[in-house]
Amino acid sequence: MDLFAYLLEQIVNGLQLGAVYALIALGYTMVYGVLRLINFAHGDVFMVGAFTAYYLISKWHLPIYLVFPLTMTVTAFLGFLIEKIAYKPLRNAPKISLLITAVGVSLFLEYFLSLNSLLTPNYIGFPRPFDVISYHLGLFTITNIQLSIFSITSLSLGVLYLLIYKTKYGQAMRALSHDRETASLMGVPVDGIISFTFIVGAALAGLGGILYGFAYPQINVFMGIMPGIKSFIAAVLGGIGIIHGAVLGGLIIGLSEVFVSAFLSSTLRDGVIFFVLFIVLLLKPSGIFGKKIDKV
Amino acid sequence: MNFLTGAKRFLLSSLLVYLFLKIFFISGLFSEYVQQIILLAFIVILTSLGLNVIYGYTGQFSLGHAGFYGIGAYTAAYLGTVFQVEGLLGFWPILFLGGAVAGLLGYIIGVPILKLRDDFLAIATLGFGILIRVLLDNSDKVSELLGGSRGFIGIPKIVNLETAFWVMVFLILVTRNLIFSRFGLFWQCIKDDELAAGVFGINTAGLKLMAFTYGCFLAGIGGALYAYLYTFLHPSNFDFLKSIDFLIIVIVGGMGSITGTLYAGLLWVAVIEGLRIVLPAQMLELRWVFIPILLIGVMMWKPLGLLSRKESNLLGLGERG
Repeated sequence: MDLFAYLLEQIVNGLQLGAVYALIALGYTMVYGVLRLINFAHGDVFMVGAFTAYYLISKWHLPIYLVFPLTMTVTAFLGFLIEKIAYKPLRNAPKISLLITAVGVSLFLEYFLSLNSLLTPNYIGFPRPFDVISYHLGLFTITNIQLSIFSITSLSLGVLYLLIYKTKYGQAMRALSHDRETASLMGVPVDGIISFTFIVGAALAGLGGILYGFAYPQINVFMGIMPGIKSFIAAVLGGIGIIHGAVLGGLIIGLSEVFVSAFLSSTLRDGVIFFVLFIVLLLKPSGIFGKKIDKV
Repeated sequence: MNFLTGAKRFLLSSLLVYLFLKIFFISGLFSEYVQQIILLAFIVILTSLGLNVIYGYTGQFSLGHAGFYGIGAYTAAYLGTVFQVEGLLGFWPILFLGGAVAGLLGYIIGVPILKLRDDFLAIATLGFGILIRVLLDNSDKVSELLGGSRGFIGIPKIVNLETAFWVMVFLILVTRNLIFSRFGLFWQCIKDDELAAGVFGINTAGLKLMAFTYGCFLAGIGGALYAYLYTFLHPSNFDFLKSIDFLIIVIVGGMGSITGTLYAGLLWVAVIEGLRIVLPAQMLELRWVFIPILLIGVMMWKPLGLLSRKESNLLGLGERG
């Protein structure tokens, strides 16, 4: 019975991590949809989100309901700026130039913010916004932090779904990811929609950053690298460009990471995830929900 | 004939550079540290040249180059320790095996992975690089000697000016000849238009694999030299950020240019290691703020790098010699 309780606990932990990955993966998948770009800087937008929340909570002592919108605004603005300054001049450049620029933006954000006069490269303790309470339902245990992560993630997924499938902006976004040229001929403002996609993606990454800080209260300027790469893998796993694919991929990656740490060895967890990536890329590069395998 | 004249001129200019360096090394004008970073520059150039063959000439984007560099280093260090190699004579087979194992691994990985294109290839090679890092971190579970996350210690220092410099010169010459051979021409065709190259009857899959294997071989040789220069290996020396280093050198120097890689590699080591001597510590952290800006700037103004497909005739690397 103990094993069963342990298993349940690990599932909840895995879903908690997976929810954060899903939020980041959404940004990757949307940007890939409209621009065919792996936005390497996305993991660093997530990091900026965590740091903004840290400053708002511990330095300015803002109430928690203000922290969310303010942090998301900051990261959304950052996403907007990154696209305007770094990616827009390269709109017609080869794909790889864009990818290298994204790596450059990512390195710049990390090393610029890690200057000792700014955020410093040290680990910082993220303050708990509220005390941790555990609820027990028989064998099942869940903390209020996990509950809030699940509810906030589900809520934002619902809003995102409405945005993408029920509004004109979402329709334009989907049209762009289908065929940019035709969409622009049909009167879709391409630049505006690309900016909009970056803003939405970056806001979700900011949200992921806050929730990550709640769950794993140690933050650092380089914290975005691995979650960023893993979330991208989650997006590939679910089928890049597909919204519900990113969510499912995030949950799978989160669960497998936690399970490998719990039952095998925590040093092997990154290895297992990249092994999963290999298998996916070799067997079905279009991902779980991807329909046709065309050129990748 | 011009081709051979070029090789002669390259060897001649190498000899001049060598004599020049040798005088400085013997006279003691260079401290131990400066000597070490000069040798490191040769290793970095060699390894970057491998990436230039893979990416610059053949157009196969790889973000996992440091993984192969690490495999070469660990293979050579392990074999050297097992067979108790202490002198130069035993070092040569070890050096070759370090390169060969990295090349073989590149071949095995390349077969499935090179079917992918552009950004998917990038993410797959990136994943492979991280996988190598994880395996190196856990290597002490296989053999206590490898050290795992504590690092590999007790490698004798064998690499000196002669070894590092002439190995680099020899392999640059080999690479140059390969580039000017029909294989090099095929590689560049694949980079320019893979579909068209295939239509003309070029075995694109095989040649991509050949370029990848050869590039990984060079990385392995570089790694093996590194192991016997620094005498200590740690998995963190071979992680994702190290792959980015080589990528920056290839891109800034110019895709498809040996000369570009040569100059950019020298410049890179001067900036990363050399500035440590000159600048105070608080200024040093600024290096990594400007490097990404430089990278983005190069992408915007010269997307193919500064010396793309140009070679120095002065050094004898050009086709005309």
